[in-house]
Amino acid sequence: MKFSKSLPFRNLAGKPVRTTVLILLTALLSLTVFGGTLMIISLKTGLHSLESRLGADIMVVPYEATTKANLENIVLQGATGYFYMDNARYEKIADCDGIGQISAQFFLASASSSCCSVAVQIIGFDPETDFTITPWIQKSYGQELQKFDVVVGNDLNAFVGDTITFYGIDCHVAAKLDKTGTAFDTAVFTNQETIKALIQSSLDLKMNTFQNIDPEKVVSCVMINAAEGYTVEEIVNDINIHVKKVKAIQTKEMISGISDSLAGISDIISILILVVWVLGVVILLLAFTMSVNERKKEFAVLRVIGASRNRLAGIVMQEALLTCLSGSIIGTALGLVIIMPFHQMIEEQLNLPFLLPASGKIIGFVIAAVLVSVLSGCISAAASAFRISRIDTALILRGDN
Amino acid sequence: MILKAEKISKEFIREMKNTNRFFAVQETDFILESGSLTVLMGRSGSGKSTLLNMFAGLMLPTSGKILLDNTDMYSLPDKELSEFRNRHIGVIPQGQTALHSLNVLENVCLPYTLGGEDAHEADALALLETLEIAPLQAAMPAELSGGELRRMAIARAFLRKPEIILADEPTSDLDDETTKIVFSFLKHAAQNGSAVFVVTHENDAVQYADRVFRMNAGILEEQ
Ligand SMILES: Nc1ncnc2c1ncn2[C@@H]1O[C@H](COP(=O)(O)OP(=O)(O)OP(=O)(O)O)[C@@H](O)[C@H]1O
Ligand SMILES: [Mg+2]
Repeated sequence: MKFSKSLPFRNLAGKPVRTTVLILLTALLSLTVFGGTLMIISLKTGLHSLESRLGADIMVVPYEATTKANLENIVLQGATGYFYMDNARYEKIADCDGIGQISAQFFLASASSSCCSVAVQIIGFDPETDFTITPWIQKSYGQELQKFDVVVGNDLNAFVGDTITFYGIDCHVAAKLDKTGTAFDTAVFTNQETIKALIQSSLDLKMNTFQNIDPEKVVSCVMINAAEGYTVEEIVNDINIHVKKVKAIQTKEMISGISDSLAGISDIISILILVVWVLGVVILLLAFTMSVNERKKEFAVLRVIGASRNRLAGIVMQEALLTCLSGSIIGTALGLVIIMPFHQMIEEQLNLPFLLPASGKIIGFVIAAVLVSVLSGCISAAASAFRISRIDTALILRGDN
Repeated sequence: MILKAEKISKEFIREMKNTNRFFAVQETDFILESGSLTVLMGRSGSGKSTLLNMFAGLMLPTSGKILLDNTDMYSLPDKELSEFRNRHIGVIPQGQTALHSLNVLENVCLPYTLGGEDAHEADALALLETLEIAPLQAAMPAELSGGELRRMAIARAFLRKPEIILADEPTSDLDDETTKIVFSFLKHAAQNGSAVFVVTHENDAVQYADRVFRMNAGILEEQ
């Protein structure tokens, strides 16, 4: 028998308004479950990505940087800025106990005037010692960077092979990084040789706020990983006590603000999901109860014709399954259509790291959301299905002739 | 096929003066034979529908057994009893029994399509033809008159050519002319070997009957 002639299908088609409302309701249910979970997961992925992009336990910066050039804005919010400290301080930090890995980084902000193609944060690293940026670049670009090679963040409007100019120096875009969902997506990375040349050029053009520095003798910040047997707190305290005019910061603390707001948003979304889910299940429950109740007589007639009790329950469940399956497919599709193209906007609105999980995972979430909604619908219908399977056929046939 | 009722009764619970229980059908023995048309008459509330529902496997008797060729009907599991009713018992219940999401022809074909079988539309159309509602085959039940719906239910009960036919006031909404058509139809089925049991208030039904019974306050008497 053709599906379109099956009784459950005909029953649904015979009540188009009610069926549409029920489909929309399950669509809303699955949209919330899917969209909400995807949001939470994307935020978590973003935070995780930020953690691994920072890639170090400790960041040491010149003391002024924590106030003047607001460090967090640069690292977390994608603002531009730069600061320098004497090489000697790097040596002192390196002498502290418990240092596992250590590497210096160099910051420079390009200007929006004609000397530069774009105003971005430029981060230079030392290829000899670097342990935070190189592993990441390696994923998009397997080779070593040459002088005046740069690697651009995913959100920048520059592509491999392009030439971009900073302070009058032409740089070659060697690679574009994968999306991280963090402020690093709008930064440019290069080796220390290149960034020192760029800093020198900015000084020559009198466009650097620091006038009396020698690019060869300064660093912007120092990234540190603790050696085994040492706690991060110990090292941070040690540096802050023994090295003057620097501030050692635990990266975990730096992003604690972000993880706090993330936890807050996740909670709100979770509550929203729960509320919509409970409401949805209650409404579906009522809707199925009503829909089955008003057709009691028809179900009794089916018994007369020879439908078994299980068959009656089966018809109710099939109706629920058909409604909820179409509803949840519509809902999750809607979720994909809303979140995928607009995730950039969502990211900006939330001002939090936001990174969509890999497409394989997203497909997993789609399937899970459809399953959850279909299951919720079936649970809501189960009571009605059970009750209709228990009807007293003779008694119902007596009613309202 | 022989339907045999052994000492069946049906008791209902109801608030009354002395007791809160009463027998809608008193202990009754009854045999419904193939090839004969049995007519049951009696006053309203005397227990006719109750008896018919017990025969149909839709109402468990308070006591006694109903045997179908020696199998106790109510000892069968629901699935088997339902399947048996679908294949072998055509029930025309009292009142309106249309499925509103299906048209007339689809309603009539339900005994087949319910189990996913071929609809047997040609057979259904032939029945609609005999009952003079063939032009309504594509109409929806909501558009039909009471008598037309009644004939639709009759056609549906006959579609699988059941050995047992249980009709509860099949002509209550019909004019004299159509009543005649329905009774000759039932008679014809009996002559072709079916066991036909008809509850009716129609006095003319006696003409068609092989046996006539009367129900009086739950007590069955042959006339
Ligand atoms: N499920 C039930 N619960 C309680 N009382 C019932 C039930 N079914 C039937 N009765 C009662 O049993 C009696 C017999 O009912 P039944 O329907 O068999 O009468 P009937 O002879 O078919 O009447 P009518 O000619 O009006 O259709 C009636 O008094 C009725 O009220
Ligand atoms: Mg009756």
